[in-house]
Amino acid sequence: MTKLTKYLGLAPLYAAGLIAGSAMAQETIKIGVSIPSADHGWTGGVNYFAAEAKKRIESTYKNVQVSVVTATSASDQANSLEDLVATQQIKALVILPYESAPLTDPVRQVKKKGVFVTVVDRALTDSTIQDLYVAGDNPGMGKIAGQYFLDKLGGKGNIVVLRGLPTVIDNQRFDAFMAKIKGSEIKVLDSKYANWNRDDGFKVMQDFLTRFPHIDAVWAQDDDIALGVLDALRQAKREKEMWVVGGGGMKEMVKRVIDKDPQTPVNIVYSPSMIGVAVELTALHFVTKLPMNGTYIVDSPLVSPENATQYYFPSSPY
Amino acid sequence: MNSAESIEASAREQRGFELKTLGRWAREGGPLIALLLLIIIGQILNPNFLRWDNVTNVLTRSAFVGIISVGATFVIVTGQIDLSVGAMAAFIAGLMIIVINRLAEFGLGQELAIVAGMVIGLVVGLISGLANGILSTIGKIDSFIVTLGTMGIFRSLVTFLANGGTLTLDSRVRETYRPVFYDSWLYVPIPVWVLAAVVAVGWVALTKTRFGRYCRAVGSNAEVSHYSAIRVNRIRVVAFIVQGFCVALATLLYVPRLGSASSSTGVLWELEAITAVVVGGTALRGGSGRVWGSIVGALILTLIGNILNLTSLISVYLNGAVQGIIILGAALLQRTSRTR
Repeated sequence: MTKLTKYLGLAPLYAAGLIAGSAMAQETIKIGVSIPSADHGWTGGVNYFAAEAKKRIESTYKNVQVSVVTATSASDQANSLEDLVATQQIKALVILPYESAPLTDPVRQVKKKGVFVTVVDRALTDSTIQDLYVAGDNPGMGKIAGQYFLDKLGGKGNIVVLRGLPTVIDNQRFDAFMAKIKGSEIKVLDSKYANWNRDDGFKVMQDFLTRFPHIDAVWAQDDDIALGVLDALRQAKREKEMWVVGGGGMKEMVKRVIDKDPQTPVNIVYSPSMIGVAVELTALHFVTKLPMNGTYIVDSPLVSPENATQYYFPSSPY
Repeated sequence: MNSAESIEASAREQRGFELKTLGRWAREGGPLIALLLLIIIGQILNPNFLRWDNVTNVLTRSAFVGIISVGATFVIVTGQIDLSVGAMAAFIAGLMIIVINRLAEFGLGQELAIVAGMVIGLVVGLISGLANGILSTIGKIDSFIVTLGTMGIFRSLVTFLANGGTLTLDSRVRETYRPVFYDSWLYVPIPVWVLAAVVAVGWVALTKTRFGRYCRAVGSNAEVSHYSAIRVNRIRVVAFIVQGFCVALATLLYVPRLGSASSSTGVLWELEAITAVVVGGTALRGGSGRVWGSIVGALILTLIGNILNLTSLISVYLNGAVQGIIILGAALLQRTSRTR
């Protein structure tokens, strides 16, 4: 009897031990996500989709924790990496680097600690550091736009180009676009930087309109810039004269495509949701124990009225 | 003294007088000379440059930083600095958009919603200026640090209000508000009229009123001003309130232009305003200043961007360098003529 009570008394302890054992086997996996702060529309979208991925993953897998850290500059981001490793002891890092070159070495240091590294959007200068690379297709974006201009203009016409900021991404888009229209009779009257924002898109387009009496189409390659361009066209009352192709898949612009606005016939997606893809794949790497190493290129599809609803996220800030 | 000598002396005197007026003219007109040179260069590079629509484009574009730089002139003349203006403009723009959208949604007439939004924008501007002023006078924190702090606060608040994205004015309300930026009166766009009015009032206030004299006195020597029974702190706070009002006024014109505000709104406006003020001949250390000079400075800054867009002569990679050289050149012109 006494023996029985003894056993009975021990039972909860055994149970507790079993639970502890299983918890040990399922140790907590911390994923650190390092992204630029919401300093313009697109990075605002990155912040939104990172937060959505965190919510989904943490509610689905009880043993996975995601901490999202934003940075205001490249050096700020490098500092935050040190914090993630030292204080949070992350098992995996998902990083959308502010700039490629200055962050290559800090990420290498993280990698040396045995952390699984996922690089998003902007490639590091040394591609051997990353375990997984998730990116949009920047050259593809330029190529698809170039093809659309060739088709829609019938290989002939005057266009102006508004570029983003002088970075690798912008060069890839621009070079691919120029390569695609090379040899045709499409004339690029000029191209200027509009810094991926509406105000500069407005100003640069105003000046293009002053300068060129005849423009058939505008390649703005970014939706914030495109919105500025549209206002400049309206002010000059030249909106019937030309059409505008932006890029990114901002909800306002996708909505215009859905509504068959002749001024913005198509859009090209370069979705900030790629950060979500990256975080999900990284989580799967640990949860499924299947290697997710490699390169994952998120397509940059052409959005036309036929398929636009599929790319319309009204609740996203972008 | 024989007659020959006296003639020579008077000729010398006359030459001296001419040189003096020339020097005075150059000192006063330094920024104007730079502006004129830029206009000539612009016209040579592109024959469309002096077309009326380009002229009005440049003038309306200058309105935002121009109006803000009038306020900045007062702040700088009193020996302070305001780094928060760009972020403050973004915050006020964001707040106005939210308020106008909500009020219009609740069935308030569109015009009424817009007017209410404008009033709230102006009030927030005045309060923000007051806060900057009180923190740097009664709070005894250097205005550089105070406004660096409020800059961060305003910038984060607009990002927060926009949930990291962009705040957009409801399209129907925007149609009603749009004319405030895009319409003209006597062929001159409304923002240019507002800019002209602000400059006129600012010029009178700084040169013809007691407040203006006190501003300069406080900026050149706060201690002496204090012993001369000038309420130094009060003057400094009022200068910040003037700045806040100017920022709000510029924002009232900014919102109808693109109908949106985000965290990238008004980035670097503070540096543009300060550059405009200094290029225009106001001493950064305070004590003296010229409102009209600040506007000329703002026009120079806008023209550089405009001219660079109107030509493909210079590699786009060098835009920043060209801006730097012209700003330095204009400042130098202003400085060398000043020491003479």
